[in-house]
Amino acid sequence: MLDDFLVRAALAGLGTAITAGLLGCFVVWRRMAYFGDAMAHAAILGVALSLGFSVSIFIGVIVTAIAVAFLFLGLTGRGQSADAALGVIAHGGLALGLVAVALLPGQRISLDAYLFGDVLTVSCLDLAVIWGGALVVFVIIWHRWSALLTATLSPDLAHAAGIKPRREELILTLLLALVVAVAIKVVGALLITVLLIVPAAAARTAARTPEGMAVLATTIGAIASLGGLRIAMTLDTAVGPTIVCTAVGCFALMTLGSLLSKVA
Amino acid sequence: MPSVSGDTMSLMQVKNITVSYGGKQVLDRVNLSIMPGEIVTIVGPNGSGKSTLLRVVLGALDPQKGTVKRQDGLRIGYVLQRLQIDPSLPITVRRFLDLPTRVSEVDAVAALKTAGLPDVSKQQMTSLSGGQFQRVLLARALLGKPQVLMLDEATQGLDQPGLASFYRQIEAVRQDIGCAILMVSHELHVVMSASDRVICLNGHVCCEGTPDVVSAAPAYRELFGTGTGGALALYRHEHDHGHDHDHDHEHHHDHEAAE
Repeated sequence: MLDDFLVRAALAGLGTAITAGLLGCFVVWRRMAYFGDAMAHAAILGVALSLGFSVSIFIGVIVTAIAVAFLFLGLTGRGQSADAALGVIAHGGLALGLVAVALLPGQRISLDAYLFGDVLTVSCLDLAVIWGGALVVFVIIWHRWSALLTATLSPDLAHAAGIKPRREELILTLLLALVVAVAIKVVGALLITVLLIVPAAAARTAARTPEGMAVLATTIGAIASLGGLRIAMTLDTAVGPTIVCTAVGCFALMTLGSLLSKVA
Repeated sequence: MPSVSGDTMSLMQVKNITVSYGGKQVLDRVNLSIMPGEIVTIVGPNGSGKSTLLRVVLGALDPQKGTVKRQDGLRIGYVLQRLQIDPSLPITVRRFLDLPTRVSEVDAVAALKTAGLPDVSKQQMTSLSGGQFQRVLLARALLGKPQVLMLDEATQGLDQPGLASFYRQIEAVRQDIGCAILMVSHELHVVMSASDRVICLNGHVCCEGTPDVVSAAPAYRELFGTGTGGALALYRHEHDHGHDHDHDHEHHHDHEAAE
């Protein structure tokens, strides 16, 4: 069954989208969208480094993403605004990656697959990485749900309850790096953030509790990935952007639905 | 139940703590200890380090110098100044009470009642009024069966009647569950009358003692003027306020608070 590239693509899209949907809730609640974006853009530098040193793209991207997180902390601790620091890192990393790839010896390598995703070429190994990453994210979030949520609501409330908010923040940052590394093959560096934000934002319109929002965001991620792949096959469009468009479609429908239900 | 005797039995103790932010010293060798069941109030002008002290006691902030000791496994209930819940985070009152540990339905309703609220379980946190919101914070703090309840300017944004009733609730809570209470406030008159001990803070501890001792202390009057002495009297009619005129003030004669 895994021999079929479409099945592999569907599984890769599904694994990525549900993971991003779940983690995306925290990204939205904590306003880390631009932070995730910086990680994702700088991931291109990780790709270039991986190619240069002949290591797995996954390793290169995750290391770069974590480096971005620490660079960000270092810069904001030294008088730069979060906005400016992220802007420098995001696009600096992206540009540096593009330049670095051009400087690599040997034939020219196209980065399109990493910028826009290339889900139709995922291998069984890619699939293992994606679902392995998904499993890690789900297990950790499930396990620490209450602590993560308390620290998200208020660091001081967390302290009072014996939870260390800095540690929870670090865990979320590492998970975000993991999701970026997992998702780059599927939707590409430029669209990862959308996959994080849109399902969560769509879920917000109908959710009453954090858990409800997480379940709904995960479901919307699943619908968007499978629906998007289906639509891309029919219309012969790029899969990554089509998945994102489907997610945005879900967001539009749910927003409209919640508006109508308020009027009615 | 915590034991009630001896200084070594204090629930928590900070000694000689010093905190500075960016070169500016906020707390200078401050000592504070809390005994089981007592109500301690920290008063002080803006920027006097009240909230900083509370955050040190809470463990949210490490002092540059000094020691912080807490009884092993001390249960702290914390009601913070203002909790801004991001609008993107949907959460009902009931779910909020379940943080960080789940509580039974019976306990949740009981805690809301103790905090002086009807059953608002199903409402979104963001739909509550300011007073209700603070009471939900109180209810959540009570569910942890705290040995110490800490309130950081917990009544900001409440109107006068709301404020008075909030503090009455706090006193009732203390009688109900016997926890110690450590609060920070600038609503001197309401707060002080309910306290066993008042600590007047301005970077360092200016003076400390029962509400009467503190309100009569020159250091306190330096900071707050005499107007609050009159306001305190509203709550303590039996006390004499002749002391309003027993030492001279050049700079702060705001006596609108009725003598």
